[in-house]
Amino acid sequence: MTDFLISPFTEFAFMRRALAGCLALALGATPVGVFLLLRRMSLMGDAMSHAILPGAALGYLAFGLSLGAMTVGGIVAGLVVVFAAGLVTRASVLKEDASLAAFYLVSLAAGVMIVSLRGRNLDLLHVLFGSVLALDDASLLLIASIASVTLVCLAVLFRALVMECFDPAFLRGVSRWSPVAHYGFLMLVVINLVSGFHALGTLMAVGIMILPSAAARLWAKGLPMLLLLAVLFAFGSGAAGLLLSFHADVPAGPAIVLVCGVVYFVSLLAAPGGVLAGRLPVRRHLES
Amino acid sequence: MNDAVLPMIHLDNLTLGYDRHPAVHHLSAEIPAGALVAVVGPNGAGKSTLLKGLAGELRPIGGRIVLSGLPPSGLAYLPQRGEIDHSFPVSVFDVVAMGLWHEIGAFGGLSRDQRARVRAALDAVGMAGFESRPIGSLSGGQLQRARFARLMLQDAPLILLDEPFAAIDSRTVEDLIRLILAWHAEGRTILTVVHDLDQVRRHFPTALLLSREPVAFGPTVEVLTPERLARARKLSEAFDEHAPECHIEALPAVEIAAAAALHAHAHGDGRTVAPPLHAGADAHGHPRPRRGHLQH
Repeated sequence: MTDFLISPFTEFAFMRRALAGCLALALGATPVGVFLLLRRMSLMGDAMSHAILPGAALGYLAFGLSLGAMTVGGIVAGLVVVFAAGLVTRASVLKEDASLAAFYLVSLAAGVMIVSLRGRNLDLLHVLFGSVLALDDASLLLIASIASVTLVCLAVLFRALVMECFDPAFLRGVSRWSPVAHYGFLMLVVINLVSGFHALGTLMAVGIMILPSAAARLWAKGLPMLLLLAVLFAFGSGAAGLLLSFHADVPAGPAIVLVCGVVYFVSLLAAPGGVLAGRLPVRRHLES
Repeated sequence: MNDAVLPMIHLDNLTLGYDRHPAVHHLSAEIPAGALVAVVGPNGAGKSTLLKGLAGELRPIGGRIVLSGLPPSGLAYLPQRGEIDHSFPVSVFDVVAMGLWHEIGAFGGLSRDQRARVRAALDAVGMAGFESRPIGSLSGGQLQRARFARLMLQDAPLILLDEPFAAIDSRTVEDLIRLILAWHAEGRTILTVVHDLDQVRRHFPTALLLSREPVAFGPTVEVLTPERLARARKLSEAFDEHAPECHIEALPAVEIAAAAALHAHAHGDGRTVAPPLHAGADAHGHPRPRRGHLQH
């Protein structure tokens, strides 16, 4: 058992790095995913992950597989899409989902075209699917830094963000924090997608944000418990996914996201907020 | 609260609307501090629009609104249907405590005294014991009570309530009216959109009858006469997509309820009587170059 669960991490440095990367992602990206879920923006996270592709691709086109260039490119592209979509939402009749969809579709097409200009499919695969088992010091440091910045920003924004999710009209009435919370949060989404994209790739970075959050939402009634559970689910899935990848010799990124998916489906069946809860034999009701 | 007789709300030839179509048309009025005003009128009369304009959520398309002597967080606005997300995992206590934002801001913790005030506010709206319930488990009436508790903690001198009694049972309405009257007794200025004219007659000393055009403003008994109500109904006709531009600078047709008898003055007990409605007689037109709004 120890051999199976522990020794891959004690024996191989790349497994330890990957585990540390998963911990950082669980601490940074997953809480952001919880708020995406609560703001009913789960699919928007997916859209944003496509939107950062052309930036990363441009960085890649100009500098090859350079961490810095692809990171800066991805963040810039993500922020441009977020703010442009926000601007269009406020200045036109289009709602946020429509304007965001328009920008990310254009952005995705541009990204794929830019990547293909450079030609080799292997590189495209790296951009799309990440390389959690090949995290070098610089990538690990980047992911950890983004997780730290995220935790600090979430702590600063927390109250305003909760109010912005729960009752934005009230927040607008009592303070000027509403746009700060909204755009601050979207910036956190962008930097965490870029962080996730180094480990899991652009397509799956959203997986470790949304799946553990959705699973935790089925169990937790309060927000603190929801955040804690989501982080635990994400880290647990990360570790389990790495082991699955190690022993079954399958790619690590999809393995991690699939384990997240398993946690989600089990929660869906077992949790009090899941699909079965309403169909169990009726327990005696409480006194009124 | 404030003994000054200054009008708290000064509406100067105000036109509010959407897409250049006016919803509130050439309204001039002075509402003194401490007034309790029922805003009445048929559906589509511009009642909610007026409150939105006062709350700063809608920019006037003509004229102006002056709120004098109001501190930065001095306005509390209860929209008709908030944008509240009922499924959000937050407790009743936390929601009501949001009313203390002007004291605690984005970072401050709740002191023991502030926690006690949150509980006292819940108690005052008849919701003691609901502190830790999730907000999604409340009924419509309970949620409205919780919103009133949050409003209480905002401690604002000017309170705007948009149809606070819509879809609420009669006992809850009675309790909420009692709260409103208590706020009035504390000297707060309150504008409430109300549909039930009996409630207006029973509890609100002053009424503003709107029907896109201002119809009448003054003591309730003189505003809610059958003739004026009929006139309000007649005025609220359909919105004309191809209305020509409006070049009216003053509306002579507005009725002034008992104009001779009314001046803005406060009685010793803090109750104030509304001043007459000025029918936009000294209108300055539009301060900035804009396209004129349309007639409706």
